[in-house]
Amino acid sequence: MGLLDQKFENSNVFVTSLDGLLNWARLSSLWQMQFGLACCAIEMMAASASNFDIMRFGVIPRATPRQVDVMFVAGTVTIKMASRIKRLYDQMSEPRYVISMGSCSNCGGPYWEHGYHVLKGVDRVIPVDVYIPGCPPRPEALLEGIMKLQEKVRAESMVKKRA
Amino acid sequence: MKKAMTPQEIQDILKTKFGDAIIEAKLDAPQPWIRIAPDKTKEICFFLRDTDTIQFDYLSCLSGMDYNNGTLGVVYHLASMVHRHKIVLKTQCTKETLHIQSVSAVWGTANWHEREAFDLYGIVFDEHPDLRRLLLPDDWEGHPLRKDYKVQEFYHGMKVPY
Amino acid sequence: MLQPPTLPTNYTVKHGHIKTSTGKTIRSEEMIVNMGPQHPSTHGVLRLEIVVDGEIIVDCIPHIGYLHRCFEKHCEHMTNYQQVIPYADRMDYCSAMTNEWAFALAAERLLKIEVPERVEYIRVIMAELQRIASHLIAVGTYGIDSGAFTPFLYTFIDREKILDLFEMTCGARLLYNYIWIGGLSHDLPPRFIDQAKEFVTYFRPRIKMLNDLLTYNEIFVKRTANVGVLPKEVAINYAVSGPQLRGSGVNWDLRRDDPYGVYHKLQWEPQIGKGEMGTVGDCWDRHIVRMREMEQSLNIIEQSLAVLPEGNVQAALPKRIRPEKDAEVYVRTEASRGELGYYIVSDGTASPFRVKARGPAFVNLSVLPEIARGSMIADLVLTAGSIDIVLGEVDR
Repeated sequence: MGLLDQKFENSNVFVTSLDGLLNWARLSSLWQMQFGLACCAIEMMAASASNFDIMRFGVIPRATPRQVDVMFVAGTVTIKMASRIKRLYDQMSEPRYVISMGSCSNCGGPYWEHGYHVLKGVDRVIPVDVYIPGCPPRPEALLEGIMKLQEKVRAESMVKKRA
Repeated sequence: MKKAMTPQEIQDILKTKFGDAIIEAKLDAPQPWIRIAPDKTKEICFFLRDTDTIQFDYLSCLSGMDYNNGTLGVVYHLASMVHRHKIVLKTQCTKETLHIQSVSAVWGTANWHEREAFDLYGIVFDEHPDLRRLLLPDDWEGHPLRKDYKVQEFYHGMKVPY
Repeated sequence: MLQPPTLPTNYTVKHGHIKTSTGKTIRSEEMIVNMGPQHPSTHGVLRLEIVVDGEIIVDCIPHIGYLHRCFEKHCEHMTNYQQVIPYADRMDYCSAMTNEWAFALAAERLLKIEVPERVEYIRVIMAELQRIASHLIAVGTYGIDSGAFTPFLYTFIDREKILDLFEMTCGARLLYNYIWIGGLSHDLPPRFIDQAKEFVTYFRPRIKMLNDLLTYNEIFVKRTANVGVLPKEVAINYAVSGPQLRGSGVNWDLRRDDPYGVYHKLQWEPQIGKGEMGTVGDCWDRHIVRMREMEQSLNIIEQSLAVLPEGNVQAALPKRIRPEKDAEVYVRTEASRGELGYYIVSDGTASPFRVKARGPAFVNLSVLPEIARGSMIADLVLTAGSIDIVLGEVDR
């Protein structure tokens, strides 16, 4: 009161909770792991190109799992690849999120019936936060998936345990 | 001189040189084929590649087959870039005697095709430089493209069927 | 007899020449480095096990199968030949129209049906548009491999225009299910021809711009010339096809040499690598072949749009597609990456008995150990990128 009273009329200060600040920082710069498996990877690349531009959401591709927040599992997960995906997921540091992009990583996709080498959904090896349906999903669908993840991150709290 | 040969001429030349190794042929099919013995494939293919009038220098495709009557086989689609003719060769082996002679010394591309046929059908190629599984993990059980294949329930803790 | 290729940039490994200041010779050994399935430069899930001595590659062993999706098993279980088309799309996902066309062609040869001429011309237009789109991905990602990020953005802008054309016709951007056995699923929409003509006039100067941006850039030339040289005899022995074969100087294009469709009625030339910047068959040659092929595809599209006849887009097909017993056919077509072949065997029922897909990327990749020996790790990245593999086709 006294010294600081009515000195901040020009709204150059904002007041928020620590949770809100951290969540806002996390969701605005979700760095992704540069790793695509199959056809959905091409739509992911199209989403990072100029027409759809994923970088305006703060999503930058990084090559190493140590520096990323989110992993897009884009494409079919085969049994041979599944152990590598688990290892990559373990190498990511918390807080980490997984977006399963496309039918194949949601549930096995068109290969669910006779695919002896296809893992029927990546959630059999790692926990998934957002599922994006489509075969392949349009880049706009991927952007919506990222926004849904951002909503999820916005609702987190340091006090509550992450699901 | 570049001249395309007819399948009948190719079969005649092969029969005079190799006799019994040429088992049967169907030359009136849209894509004529000749069946050869499984233990003489390398000799025959070297001959087909190196003879100047035939010169099959391009192995388009090598496919494994399961004929659903206890026999497995391999089908070779050969083409010549010089003379512009094509032929199909076939060999067969039973599920007990799984051996067919490898042609990877003749065409370098046969190396990977034969590894894939071994992986998916279990056909063992003699004299192959490096016969191991190509597409499936090394400790996978069974050969999936056989007609009597049953998919395994679990692989390293992951459930395989839906 | 095959001789190992003699590469102009074949580095020889020296041993026993480094000594400490006390006169002791340092021991040097080979080590195994893994360019694992997750790597920004392997264009998909390819694992390269490299044996290196310092920086020089002594041996390179590719491990594939990380995307094996059991295409051939699915074909045997389908209740209808038409149901195989969506699975065929997903093999080479950068170039789906050519995959579908090759399978439809094989099934039509098996059933001995002729398609209307309008269908043939539309198939050619779609395949050539798809070839341009696929080469744009190849060129864009090749730029990223050599360190240049900008060409990727430019090529994807052009590619979006092609995908708009496809979306207008069949509703999908990447995997279409458009070319059916006996014809097509939909006729061309009303604005297609005008928009395609606009695309042709828009894209022609963009090729020159891409060349100025990437192909003739001094750094790119220095990194790709004389690197990964594939000699002619090795290429034919390893059954390499497509731009990789033509980059080694072999004048072989299945659209002219094993004709299908209406290519014989149109004026175009296959493009051959001539070793302009280095040796014949180096990475730069393969790249320039792709750039020039895009231009030839534009010529084909322009000519086809001018003479497109009217007519039906579906041939008369039997209700159940049931070829004769023991009929078999092997059909090969020139897909974006090379010779795509389907070997179909029928047993008289409505499901195929055996379908074998011969993917060009599978065969083109098998020659990588031969051309990578003696180069450095940085060269390996560019060599592997110039082969232009799509793992869906390698692993099927």
